Amino acid sequence: MSHAPLAPACAAVLRRDLTLAWRRRGDIAMPVLYALIVTTLFPFALGPEDALLQRIAGGAVLVTMLLAMLLALDAMFRSDIEDGSLEQLMLSPQPLALMMGMKILAHWITTALPLIIIAPLLAGMLHLPAAVMPVLIYALLLATPLLSLLGAVLVALTAGSRRSGMLLALMLLPLCVPVVIFAAGAVAAAQQGLPWLAPIAWLGAALAMALVLAPLACAAALRIALDA
Amino acid sequence: MSAFSWDSFIAMGGYAAYVWPAYAVFFFVLIADYLSPVLRRRRDLRELRARMARQSARAQRAPSSP
Amino acid sequence: MANWIPLWVHKLSSPPNFYRFAGTLRPWALVLALLLGAVALYGGLVLAPADYQQGDAYRIIFIHVPCAWMGLFIYGVMAVASFISLVWRIKLAEVVAMESAPIGAAFTFITLVTGSLWGKPMWGTWWTWDARLTSELVLLFLYLGVIGLYHSFEDRRQGARAAAFLAIIGIINVPIVHFSVNWWNTLHQGSTVRILGPSKMSSEMLWPLLTMMVATKFYYIASLFGRVRTDLLSMESGKDWVRQIAAQESQR
Repeated sequence: MSHAPLAPACAAVLRRDLTLAWRRRGDIAMPVLYALIVTTLFPFALGPEDALLQRIAGGAVLVTMLLAMLLALDAMFRSDIEDGSLEQLMLSPQPLALMMGMKILAHWITTALPLIIIAPLLAGMLHLPAAVMPVLIYALLLATPLLSLLGAVLVALTAGSRRSGMLLALMLLPLCVPVVIFAAGAVAAAQQGLPWLAPIAWLGAALAMALVLAPLACAAALRIALDA
Repeated sequence: MSAFSWDSFIAMGGYAAYVWPAYAVFFFVLIADYLSPVLRRRRDLRELRARMARQSARAQRAPSSP
Repeated sequence: MANWIPLWVHKLSSPPNFYRFAGTLRPWALVLALLLGAVALYGGLVLAPADYQQGDAYRIIFIHVPCAWMGLFIYGVMAVASFISLVWRIKLAEVVAMESAPIGAAFTFITLVTGSLWGKPMWGTWWTWDARLTSELVLLFLYLGVIGLYHSFEDRRQGARAAAFLAIIGIINVPIVHFSVNWWNTLHQGSTVRILGPSKMSSEMLWPLLTMMVATKFYYIASLFGRVRTDLLSMESGKDWVRQIAAQESQR
């Protein structure tokens, strides 16, 4: 028996997930719409003063992104579990961790990337100074993959359980506290004219570690949650 | 603090409203924590006894059935 | 040479043996916890003098600090038991890990409530986003996540294994959270009120505190053993030894 080499297998998983996501384009738009709605609500709740909105803009955009991603996280493996393709993936000769990494990448591309693209718009709605915008984008570019990776491990753990929606949020909160702190810290520092490279570097270090460890943990969690 | 008096002990130097609720929470939570497995155990054993009674009743009704 | 130790551990980890072992040890642990707790409370509430800065309000420390320690200690125990249960698949370790979680959550909850009851007269507010308080809150969420995941599975052993994995992820997360929250606190200085500087404790205040710490450890043993016994009974409810216990208790 000869099995397919690694690179084509990875590409196949990635292409399959992206194709599936593209067929259901409406689902991709949902988190974006959600983020837009939440951001619109902030000025109504807090009043339209520029100074106040400017102060909270960075944090508000980050938290909105986090919630929008959480919304999409629940569905990460659901259809794959329902149609049994995840079990096929677990039985395949290729290392499961790598396949999981590809699935997480596909998920990040379909949910986080559109969010990052509209992030300047959202931040602009809250009057974030244009000079801070690049820092916000850097922070998001590092924080969202981190959240996808951490979230994937937790989604894998809940794969065999009855309910997961609220539970997932409860489990993710402790893990995303450092991510939110450093991402928002970088934006806040940039807004005050302070050096913002240190928190970004911390995020980068965490992302590098998560890139290696999270797919492995995700594969292990999936094996625990799905086989009795 | 030479002589012990109940009144000053209860008053806690004016902080009674904070000190005593704290101790009340401490004891309440721990007592609840301690009692919950006791209650669970009682319920589990009662269910088990009911199941055993059902099984023995069935065995008596049809002793030869496989 | 010391061959009997693994043998003894192996024997002890079988459910009926541990059930009996825990049954004999539990009353002793409880009695010790109550005795030491009573001594500590007497020392803390009656013998120790009032603090020159905080008056009598500081007496909350005699439950607050031991509970905070227990919250962390039990998380450590839970993570070690989780690790053992995942690596060697020992049923007893799973049960110990999963039954530790509610006790640890209870201690963490007490820490938060007593902390805020202490903070009100001292800081003038029920809650401040102080590094330690925030870490403690995150710890409570970690506990709740483990408990929630455990109960969300139909199959209990599968749930225990998934929750054990989460507990291990959590213990890696605890120092990261602590570090990041500390950093966050220095970033937003001015929002925290700090009256309690690092201060030396007199021995009259220290010994009740340490005694209480030992008492809570014994309480943990007593509560854990009670919970583990209950869990073992319901997990093995089809087995003969459990049926015997059920039959014996109905006679009484």
